[in-house]
Amino acid sequence: MYEELRAEVARLGLTDVEVDFTGCHGFCEQGGLVVVEPEGIFYTHVGVADAREIVDAHLRQGKPVERLFYRDPVSRQAVPRYHEINFYKKQQRIILRNCGRINPEKIDHYIANGGYQALRKVLLEMTPEQVIEEVKKSGLRGRGGAGFPTGRKWEFGRNVCADKKYVICNADEGDPGAFMDRSVLEADPHAVIEGLIIAGYAIGADEGFVYVRAEYPLAVKRIRVALEQARARGFLGKDILGSGFNFEVQMKEGAGAFVCGEETALIASIESRRGMPRPRPPYPVQSGLEGRPTTINNVKTLASVPVIIERGADWFASIGSEKSKGTTVLALSGNIANSGLVEVPMGTSLSTIIFDIGGGILNRKRLKAVQTGGPSGGCIPARIPHTPVDYETLTMVGSIMGSGGMVVMDEDTCMVEVARYFLSFTQAESCGKCAPCRLGTKQMLEILTRITQGKGREGDIDTLFTLARTVKETSLCGLGQTCPNPVLSTLHYFRDEYEVHIKEKKCPASKWQRLPRRPLRK
Amino acid sequence: MTSVAERAQEIVSNYKGKEGVLIHVLQDIQGEFGYLPEEAVRVVSEELGISLAEIYGVASFYSRFYFVPRGKTIVRVCRGTACHVRGSGRVLGKLEEGLGLKSGETSPDLKFTLETVNCVGCCALAPVVVVNEKPQTVLNPDKVIATLKRSGNGGQD
Ligand SMILES: Cc1cc2nc3c(=O)[nH]c(=O)nc-3n(C[C@H](O)[C@H](O)[C@H](O)COP(=O)(O)O)c2cc1C
Ligand code: FES
Repeated sequence: MYEELRAEVARLGLTDVEVDFTGCHGFCEQGGLVVVEPEGIFYTHVGVADAREIVDAHLRQGKPVERLFYRDPVSRQAVPRYHEINFYKKQQRIILRNCGRINPEKIDHYIANGGYQALRKVLLEMTPEQVIEEVKKSGLRGRGGAGFPTGRKWEFGRNVCADKKYVICNADEGDPGAFMDRSVLEADPHAVIEGLIIAGYAIGADEGFVYVRAEYPLAVKRIRVALEQARARGFLGKDILGSGFNFEVQMKEGAGAFVCGEETALIASIESRRGMPRPRPPYPVQSGLEGRPTTINNVKTLASVPVIIERGADWFASIGSEKSKGTTVLALSGNIANSGLVEVPMGTSLSTIIFDIGGGILNRKRLKAVQTGGPSGGCIPARIPHTPVDYETLTMVGSIMGSGGMVVMDEDTCMVEVARYFLSFTQAESCGKCAPCRLGTKQMLEILTRITQGKGREGDIDTLFTLARTVKETSLCGLGQTCPNPVLSTLHYFRDEYEVHIKEKKCPASKWQRLPRRPLRK
Repeated sequence: MTSVAERAQEIVSNYKGKEGVLIHVLQDIQGEFGYLPEEAVRVVSEELGISLAEIYGVASFYSRFYFVPRGKTIVRVCRGTACHVRGSGRVLGKLEEGLGLKSGETSPDLKFTLETVNCVGCCALAPVVVVNEKPQTVLNPDKVIATLKRSGNGGQD
């Protein structure tokens, strides 16, 4: 389609038009997307044949193509401009500020949008301590799952004495049903690299790594291109911008193991060993890669840093809820009308996200539950739709913020099956190093499978509880410590569903279908 | 020396003297041959001074290393959460049936490999099947099977 647009513009000799590609707009449900600036006219579902029409009618004759406008899923009204579309209107895009707006393979686009200004300011006007102070004041917390305050992590990193330190960007994004990091890397790779360089400066590291999941070939390519460009412009290398600061970044590709998103396993993988976690302490900030102090941050954490420096900690801290500052990027998917990437201030309620931005449930079905945090998270039932999405509240209701996956489930979804699904995932991905996780997940999976098959026994629910608690309390790493969450939260909110399965040997949700039917679309 | 061993030698020589490069070397070897041929792995073992057992230990830990040749067309069914709630289990079943392969298997004529993957990050397109690195939405599994069989190479429609 892109090729077609280009060819058509060239054919008609339109000289004042520039056709370019961007990374993901985040509105994946409606792809392929074309935006005509400066009016901001937004075309959806554009195919190769439509491209000609856009060029001819809109660009040449100035008549926008109404047929391709976005239609509101509820009112069916055509909405020509993208900032008028509910999906975008209710969002606040900070981490995704450049996504869909710049060509990710052109460093000049990033720079024209204020890119690398923060780095300049940091290197030429600020001491590392001031940078750390600013990040601390902003209240930024890690977007990789645990929500540890980033400024404090950096301070630890800074205060460890060593002749060599490392910083790592964790781009392993292993949670199934999550694609935030991928989108950021593909649409705005320089923001992540700029954040990583700033982290390096703050901590006193001269070498950084980006550890990317192998399932993301396009992200791998975009980072490679971005690193080369940054190097060519002198943002990487020796004596960056004449500040005397040296910094190099290498990219490492993963090889397909979920547990490698865990920081100590990730380090083992970079060292070319089996990616097994080890007990902490010592934490990586004390002893990480090659035994050297290593600070690890998530993609979105790092992408937030340049904006904080540029616009100030106070501005950032003014967004969000009391203890969770800034915005959160969610990957909205499942049985929802508008799947895609959503960025909202922390503390936005689930119902705003699902109904106002997400356009509600597909096929007029009812919402049953929302799963957040992937295999480490839990299911939040529809009866508490006003739950604010931030670290504290989600933990309180038995789920976690996690990295931002948000899978919406409709009334046909069987909750026991959901728990079984996640357990089958964690059981397969358990690295096998510690017994509770290795054996406990297997036991739980067996029981859950039995229940979904209508062979559940009296007492299974109690056994599940005991197992889940044991695994949670005694596992070595975060994988084991969190993998019972899907079981515990579904047991808590949907215990009656388990009971019907066991006692009446039937599934109240999907009438013995193991899987919900695929919803008809549109 | 055979060509496999020679090529492996060349690949390893780029990394000689560096530490912690095993995964890189294996990734390059797999990029060259599509899997890890035993001959090549032996070369790696000798050149890097790492025992075969240790290499096997590392490679088998990761799901993206393969010890047997793989099909020309690689079909990967996403089993991530978003795809799961939109029916990827059914898609997998249909494809297994249609191609006569279980997940993880390669057809004897090396035409197809069928496997599963945990989310490819295109959840909005769920349920997703990736054919030779190209993700696509599956509305009708039978159609995908038909296209796969017809073209025998790409199956992208
Ligand atoms: C099993 C497991 C998987 C994880 N996967 C990821 C991941 O895919 N991406 C990520 O950024 N952090 C992941 N983490 C969290 C990291 O260990 C680490 O806390 C994080 O990268 C720190 O970055 P932050 O402070 O910026 O959040 C995972 C943790 C565990 C226990
Ligand atoms: S769950 Fe299938 S692509 Fe994400």
